[in-house]
Amino acid sequence: MRRHSAALALAAVALGTAAVLADETPRDESSIQLREAPGRELTAAHCVICHSLDYIPMNAPVMDAGSWKKTIQKMRERFGAPLTDDEASAVLGYLSSNYSHR
Amino acid sequence: MITRRGMTLGLTGYWLSAGVPRVARADELGGAATAGGGTEALIALPGKKPLIKRAFRPPNYETPLADLAQPFTRNEAFFVRYHLAVIPEVDVASWRLRIGGKSTQRPLVLSLENLRREFKRVSIAAVAQCSGNRRGLFMPRVPGVQWGSGATGNALWSGVRLRDILQRAGVGADALEVVFNGADAPVLGATPDYLKSLPIDRALDENTLVAFEMNDRPLPHWNGAPARLVVPGWTATYWMKHLTEIRIEPTPYDGFWMKGAYRIPTGAFPGRRFASQENPETTPITEIMVNSLITSPVSGERLRRGAHAELAGKAWDNGAGIDSVAISTDGQRTWREATLGRDLGRFAWREFRWRIDTSSAGMIHITTRAHSRNGTSQPAKLTPNPSGYHHNLMQELMLEVA
Repeated sequence: MRRHSAALALAAVALGTAAVLADETPRDESSIQLREAPGRELTAAHCVICHSLDYIPMNAPVMDAGSWKKTIQKMRERFGAPLTDDEASAVLGYLSSNYSHR
Repeated sequence: MITRRGMTLGLTGYWLSAGVPRVARADELGGAATAGGGTEALIALPGKKPLIKRAFRPPNYETPLADLAQPFTRNEAFFVRYHLAVIPEVDVASWRLRIGGKSTQRPLVLSLENLRREFKRVSIAAVAQCSGNRRGLFMPRVPGVQWGSGATGNALWSGVRLRDILQRAGVGADALEVVFNGADAPVLGATPDYLKSLPIDRALDENTLVAFEMNDRPLPHWNGAPARLVVPGWTATYWMKHLTEIRIEPTPYDGFWMKGAYRIPTGAFPGRRFASQENPETTPITEIMVNSLITSPVSGERLRRGAHAELAGKAWDNGAGIDSVAISTDGQRTWREATLGRDLGRFAWREFRWRIDTSSAGMIHITTRAHSRNGTSQPAKLTPNPSGYHHNLMQELMLEVA
């Protein structure tokens, strides 16, 4: 639990220092900026607990709503991502709309 | 004049129109140009030279093509792959390796000094290759770290035989698997820690090492300091870094990273089977498939008519040893053999060279295909698998002589 709080604090720092345009190549993790759209903050705050946000654009060309749903399910069930059902739906909506190949 | 982009498109078109299964192009295999969804950058981790960054955290960085041209891949250029984000800097003096488990007769605790002084030192040249090397080149594409061709490298690993450690601890008659843990850990307590197991006979194989040196220098932090497992011929998922614990067990290890990851369809690939972890649908990935990589020239390169030009690359397999590397310039109708370089050991990669005929102007379409002494060859068609493992297609290269 303490680890979780620390990770959320880290997430806040990472988001707070985001300053680079999406098209630019980030030089470090804190400069990765996800696309501005509803659900961005919620998505970033949860994903960044365990991994840098570059995993999202890296996989975007491979992903669609179905594969994002499976991924979120895997993160919750296999890796213990602390997401409620409502939060999972919002994250799925954001990723499907902004990071899918179609 | 033909631009590199034009050449690439032209080649793709050729394969589509010819109805031939698509094979990897050298410019794709180069990594940074295409695989990875446009997020690549050359970034240096502390102690490393700039590598192709696939992900910051957990850190996943691959070796640029130019750094794969040497017989031994330099430590500062060697690829980095982690699953979990908590990666401690292990203090060598206080580091201990614990050997236990239900099938261990005499549990042990060893320091690095113990390993250095009390066991026979062994060195072995071997390719360390991520199971997902070239995943980013799969068609259709699959999720995961979108590796190009640089999640591989060859190094001289030095340390002691795992067998000698296990025998000192006493291997029970009922021993089935040996389980390995490293110092890295998940951020969340609910995330499965990264542990792997090996069949007992592979753990007792004379070529399986606990290594503390890489290319005659202490293991770099990012490659597993102070000691890691080296399992020549098997993909690097088993090469546990920052090794802290070894358990000899009478039952199959049932952790996520064995039961839920690094699995391939049962019977789909050749190679050693891991019987105690196999089920009718899936089985753990084990041995490296025969493969090769052209390190120069790169596809699209223009050569001067009449000038000396040479193709160079590396070929490797599961440790059977490379039999030959065949080269075709007529769309795989006829093949000629490349000249093989020095044999660095059967688990190492083998250099190959081939003189390119530049006597007449025009396009040269080169295909390379490695053959292993185990009877397998690089295929023209990938075996689909959901995690994108074992990408080992024959490689295509288009060059222009002008």
